[in-house]
Amino acid sequence: MNIVVCLKQVPDTETQIRIAPDGKSIVTDNIKWVMNPYDEYAVEEALRLKEKFGGEVTIIAVGPKRVTESIRTALAMGADRGILVDDPSVAGSDSLGTARVLEAVIKDLDYDIILCGKQGVDDDYGLVGSGLAELLGIPQISVVIKIEVSEDGSTVKAHREVEGGTLVIEAPLPVLMTTQKGLNEPRYASLPGIMNAKKKPLDMKTIADLGLDASEVGESGAKIKIMQITPPEERKAGKIVEGETPQEKAANLARSLHEEAKLI
Amino acid sequence: MAQGIWIVTERREGELRKISFELVSEGRRLADKMGQSVTAILLGSHIKQKAGMLGKYGADKVIVADDDRLATYTTDAYVSVIAQLAQASEPAIILLGASVQGKDLSGRLAARLGVGMAQDCVAFSLENGNLVAKRPICAGKAYATVTFQDSSPQIATARPNVFALNDPDDSREIDLIDADFSLDDSQVKTKVIESIQEAGGKADLTEAETIVSGGRGMKGPENYKILEELADLMGATVGASRSAVDAGWRPHSDQVGQTGKVVSPNLYIACGISGAIQHLAGMRTSKYIVAINKDPDAPIFQKADYGVVGDLFDIVPALTEEIKKII
Repeated sequence: MNIVVCLKQVPDTETQIRIAPDGKSIVTDNIKWVMNPYDEYAVEEALRLKEKFGGEVTIIAVGPKRVTESIRTALAMGADRGILVDDPSVAGSDSLGTARVLEAVIKDLDYDIILCGKQGVDDDYGLVGSGLAELLGIPQISVVIKIEVSEDGSTVKAHREVEGGTLVIEAPLPVLMTTQKGLNEPRYASLPGIMNAKKKPLDMKTIADLGLDASEVGESGAKIKIMQITPPEERKAGKIVEGETPQEKAANLARSLHEEAKLI
Repeated sequence: MAQGIWIVTERREGELRKISFELVSEGRRLADKMGQSVTAILLGSHIKQKAGMLGKYGADKVIVADDDRLATYTTDAYVSVIAQLAQASEPAIILLGASVQGKDLSGRLAARLGVGMAQDCVAFSLENGNLVAKRPICAGKAYATVTFQDSSPQIATARPNVFALNDPDDSREIDLIDADFSLDDSQVKTKVIESIQEAGGKADLTEAETIVSGGRGMKGPENYKILEELADLMGATVGASRSAVDAGWRPHSDQVGQTGKVVSPNLYIACGISGAIQHLAGMRTSKYIVAINKDPDAPIFQKADYGVVGDLFDIVPALTEEIKKII
């Protein structure tokens, strides 16, 4: 069973976001770049499926050279090979543009399952997975917290987290699924794994290699344009509720919520 | 020329969800500025009687796709039907809810139509008749204002609990239209084989009016009982910080923050939560924030409307008793 994992590199969630002077982007200096947290679940699940069914796990990413570090992390966890599309013309792609690049890489591969994190924790669009499934013409199951592939490898049953419950969805392979926290506990790379990862193939590709036209991707092909990035409205610290005892503080808080905020 | 605003409605357990009325309300406000109409799209089986309510909130027309195969949501069937309807009628804008279903549907629909899609928007405006959408990035650490290029229709999802509901107007009449579509069963590859409902019937965190949330300061899973008592009394949903979830005290679906749920309740009560940046990102748009923490220097107090410095194990039960006296 061959599995493709689409990976994104994002700022660590502890990062304080600073807006660049152009007002349309964020400052990327001194950012700690990490594998998108939701993609870790995708890598882990791919490895578990490989352990059960055999086959190969291929990691695919789009982005600058620094992304090779995150691909190496996935290889150190146990993935077999990586492909990075590093091309200046993909800068400024929207989700559909990124999906188009991924499709160009994946369409010629032999794959049964594609896994993507449910969204990047930077742009928060969550559209690459469904866009890619559409371009490839395969079914999608999004936000999954449990994956069961049939013994003969022909169908998958996935638990999908929805508001107030879970849906169990069945689909034939090949299928694309987007992964959610709760699916598994991602492993750490072992020391031998890290050493091995250095020897695993990591291919670099350009847009021209993929037979794509630069105008279809990047900023020129983007259907969504960022006009402005602004900080969130500052919340001011309110008041500290006074009181001599916990009971008094609780009573004062309840009164404030009732009389001032009219919440109860 | 593309015209009009379409709202893709959503149902749960047969009933239209609140987000659908929020979308119709916002669609009405935008359509009035454009001098255009609001059309709600209703997919399902035997659902025509639900159309009237959409009119009261501002829809002019409701297109109903009534088919047994649409009784439950599947990506394949819903995308196929909505794409056919959109290609036939060419709306200028399509709005959906940024719910689990709306996010699943909108991405594939936008890819099929080859147009732009703005996810999880918190404000809309118009510029020369084109949609301008404001949406959080990095779970709300910043906001991006985006526009569309070569996109007809322009598609966006709206975050639940953000857009104000119109006052329902019982005198409004709707134009009910039967959708003209075809559905090829061989194209519907995914199938819902089971629906497991969480016990208790509490509102999901993303839709809750009030959230009582506990963090590392809860010290263990058994102590969430005091939060649940307060939550039951207030009709609230219980949430948790990442450290509480990672410790295995609460299910991951309870997590609020950048790798959990981003919430906008009227009232968020943070108990024993210090206020890590990734947690604040997920709840800072709450209308009121209450923080209960024994560390007076906890960052959460910088964002809280009401801060209580003290031991949550004393304060929370006392608060429950005090609220009982009021309600």
